[in-house]
Amino acid sequence: MCLAIPMKIIAIEEDGLTGTVDLDGIRYPVGLMLVENPSIGDYVIVHAGYAIEKLDTVEADARLALFDSLAEVYRRESGQEVALVAPLQPGTGES
Amino acid sequence: MDGFRRLAAAAPFRKRLHNHGQTLAREGRKVQLMEVCGSHTMAIARFGIRGFLPESVALVSGPGCPVCVTDPGYIDAAIDLAGRGVIVATFGDMVRVPGSRTTLARTRAAGGQIHTCYSPMQAVELAQKNPASEVVFLAVGFETTIAPVMAMLDTAIRQKVANLSLLTAFKLVPPALSALIADPEIRIDGLLCPAHVSAIIGADAYQPYAAKQGIACVVAGFEPLDILYGLDGLVQQLVTKNPHVENQYSRVVKAAGNPHAQRIIDHYLQPTAASWRGLGTIPASGLVLRQEFSWFDAQQRHNLVVQPGRNNPHCQCGEVLKGKIHPAQCSLFGVACLPDQPLGPCMVSSEGSCAAAYKYS
Ligand code: SF4
Repeated sequence: MCLAIPMKIIAIEEDGLTGTVDLDGIRYPVGLMLVENPSIGDYVIVHAGYAIEKLDTVEADARLALFDSLAEVYRRESGQEVALVAPLQPGTGES
Repeated sequence: MDGFRRLAAAAPFRKRLHNHGQTLAREGRKVQLMEVCGSHTMAIARFGIRGFLPESVALVSGPGCPVCVTDPGYIDAAIDLAGRGVIVATFGDMVRVPGSRTTLARTRAAGGQIHTCYSPMQAVELAQKNPASEVVFLAVGFETTIAPVMAMLDTAIRQKVANLSLLTAFKLVPPALSALIADPEIRIDGLLCPAHVSAIIGADAYQPYAAKQGIACVVAGFEPLDILYGLDGLVQQLVTKNPHVENQYSRVVKAAGNPHAQRIIDHYLQPTAASWRGLGTIPASGLVLRQEFSWFDAQQRHNLVVQPGRNNPHCQCGEVLKGKIHPAQCSLFGVACLPDQPLGPCMVSSEGSCAAAYKYS
């Protein structure tokens, strides 16, 4: 039931209670009643047709940088290139 | 957002978890972590995350799928309403959940008016389009879903929609966690706390478990790297014997949660005892409409009492939801019980433990 992907607000109705979000060019109607001061351009997490929280993009970027730096440490320590691999197969274990 | 999916960056986690696992093994410790949330369960199965864990770390699924904890008696009540000519509006998963005798899907095939919605707002539209009929929305879910449903009710009231009511079976996550933690047969050392329930209730909601019960708590997002990082954080807390609440999903979750959502929930609803599959009746673990809004309560409007239903006696969903057995340990798993013919609710939703285990095993 939870869609974790952030979607971007691209339109807000006059009453401020509903709007439209975009995900890769696909548009969905969205309820905006549960978030504070929604603005066009905000990324929101949508659940059951309602935005339930805005995405803090500074935090999101920080997390990305952290994952990258972890990969960098691994690269340095192991001497192995951390390639952009395909998604893990189920059951992939510690080898 | 692709970055969160860059699984190559998982390599360092693999190494760190391995090292932590060796430390635990040296100390003769085995720890058990529980992922509470169905969306975590699904991602863990899909990305093979159990395979990353050392032997000294066990990961079990909790009760975090609203469909899975729904009592068959609730489905019976919805079927009863459909039989009386009421239009039933529901999230799609609910139509395949077995009631005591049959499902909403079969009721629909037999002519019952069952509409599936992706958003509760569609129930309002349905009621407006069918002014001569009564529409009942099957209001199930945890905090994340409760808030949107109450936003929908708020709209319905403002738009004076009079032919819509809710059959509520809302459930709250913290009381269920307290019950699981108090169960002497289950030992939980760490909680991988749900991402979006936490967006509503806030990361601070888990403080009592860490402070009073010494349980490691990490709020984690749904991306595979988030989950690995979350598990790494939990194991780290347990290795260093320093249980606390860590919010690793602060890009969405705030310490105090979403005050707008909390306010709207509190305005319309009040706590009640609720019955959970596997966990039994837990005080103050559900929400019902406040007296002032009882007009919107389908049970009152349609003079209906939801009675406890009958579970398939061989279905072990209760044990699965408590993390006591793995889905494959149920004798029906993958034999009589399959995703397209589920015998228990855990095989219905893609977030159910049995469905996730079946699909990715
Ligand atoms: S496999 Fe089917 S019958 Fe067994 S516990 Fe899971 S849902 Fe219930």
